[in-house]
Amino acid sequence: MAFCGPSVGICIFSILFIVNRIELEIMGHLSYEEGKKVVFKGLILLGVITLIEVFIALLGKGYIVDGFHLPVWLMYFSMISLSLYKAYFIVYEFMHMKYEAPGLVKSVLLPTLLLIWAVIAFFSEGRFWKRERAMINDRPIAVFSAPLKHTDTKSEETHIKKDEPEVQNKLDTTSSEIINEEPKTQEQSQHH
Amino acid sequence: MASDHTLQHDTHAHDIDHQGSDWSGGKEPFKASYGKLMMWYFLLSDAFTFSAFLIAYGTLRFSMPTWPVPDFVFSGLPGGIEHQPLIFVTIMTFVLIVSSVTMVRAVQEGHRENKKGIIFWMFLTILGGLSFLGCQAWEWTTLIKGENMSIHHNPFGTHTENGVYLEGDGHDIKAGDPVIAGKTYLIHTHDGHYNPLKYKTESGEEKVQHMGPKAFGALFFFITGFHGFHVFSGVVFLLIIMLNVASGLYVKRKNGYEMVEKIGLYWHFVDLVWVFVFLVFYLL
Repeated sequence: MAFCGPSVGICIFSILFIVNRIELEIMGHLSYEEGKKVVFKGLILLGVITLIEVFIALLGKGYIVDGFHLPVWLMYFSMISLSLYKAYFIVYEFMHMKYEAPGLVKSVLLPTLLLIWAVIAFFSEGRFWKRERAMINDRPIAVFSAPLKHTDTKSEETHIKKDEPEVQNKLDTTSSEIINEEPKTQEQSQHH
Repeated sequence: MASDHTLQHDTHAHDIDHQGSDWSGGKEPFKASYGKLMMWYFLLSDAFTFSAFLIAYGTLRFSMPTWPVPDFVFSGLPGGIEHQPLIFVTIMTFVLIVSSVTMVRAVQEGHRENKKGIIFWMFLTILGGLSFLGCQAWEWTTLIKGENMSIHHNPFGTHTENGVYLEGDGHDIKAGDPVIAGKTYLIHTHDGHYNPLKYKTESGEEKVQHMGPKAFGALFFFITGFHGFHVFSGVVFLLIIMLNVASGLYVKRKNGYEMVEKIGLYWHFVDLVWVFVFLVFYLL
């Protein structure tokens, strides 16, 4: 649940925030000069937020200060919330959602609430698969552990090449056996 | 008779204007044209498609014991510069943000009915879109040709235990280098075959590098490819609409260049999706 929990929390929070704003918003377009200012503000804001996100990612993983790491939950929390703020800004300012009728805003944004459940359901499913895989890999049966570990890809590929003619031979022998036993199937196979 | 009816209706609408009368008929409840409203709903459905892809990525990532570290995988720059984590994708993000901003300017000029302004800013937007596609082409080429990643093979594995390398690959890893748990490596190819290196774990066991989770390559090419396809079709539509603006087609419609506004919505959506692709693939 490392980054599932906080992200869902932010989703709910931001959507509540947006829905709240819809009620408060006074309708009306900006003047041309005001609009130009918003564009400039948007460019700076989105650029700076992107830089902050990359900075957090690099700082948190120890690229900027040697041996310094941020806790994973803090990194994920800040990067996800900054991205959601960017999304909010693009939709509300650049796509002019701010100035649309409340009904339109709700009909477009509220269906995205369904995604919260999709995130919870699928991520926990993924975790379940991981547990199952670990269980299967830990089994002391050679048949199960050998193909799952992918230890040597080189030999794997050569195996495939070597296998091909063998497989063909096997098929030939089985088909010839069938032909010897039942001559009727030969005619059928020729048609196919 | 007919005029009486409309008069009655008008006064009725005025009386209960603030009590949810938008749906009582006679006016547009959403105050938006059909085309714009449908563009919003198309974008909503497209948002669900992209969300499904990104959630699939998250699900598969959660289901694997290890996953390639993005700042190792995406650390190259054009011109043979290596080990600069995330710098190139940050540049790509800036290109898309700038093209989004120029698109806002085009829509604003559309409201002013300034034809030359629209064409100028739309042209810059197209250039931005094409540069983004160029960046993506370089990124894909590096991964496919240089690093031999495909939808079937992912040479980016991740160590799960500490140890020491017993051989080198002639690139970054030399014999005797430490093996660090959680660190991602690239298995280089030799004569068309992947050439995993031998290493010794701390417990003295001899092991061979293993390939990374297969799903990584497939998800990367599929999701960034789907986004790139959106950018490509956006560029095509921008080009068509720019030519229509230049031909004076939208002046006759007298709706404040609404077509520019609609393609603007689509273009911002492409930028919006990139915010999340950037987050999921490169930052987390």
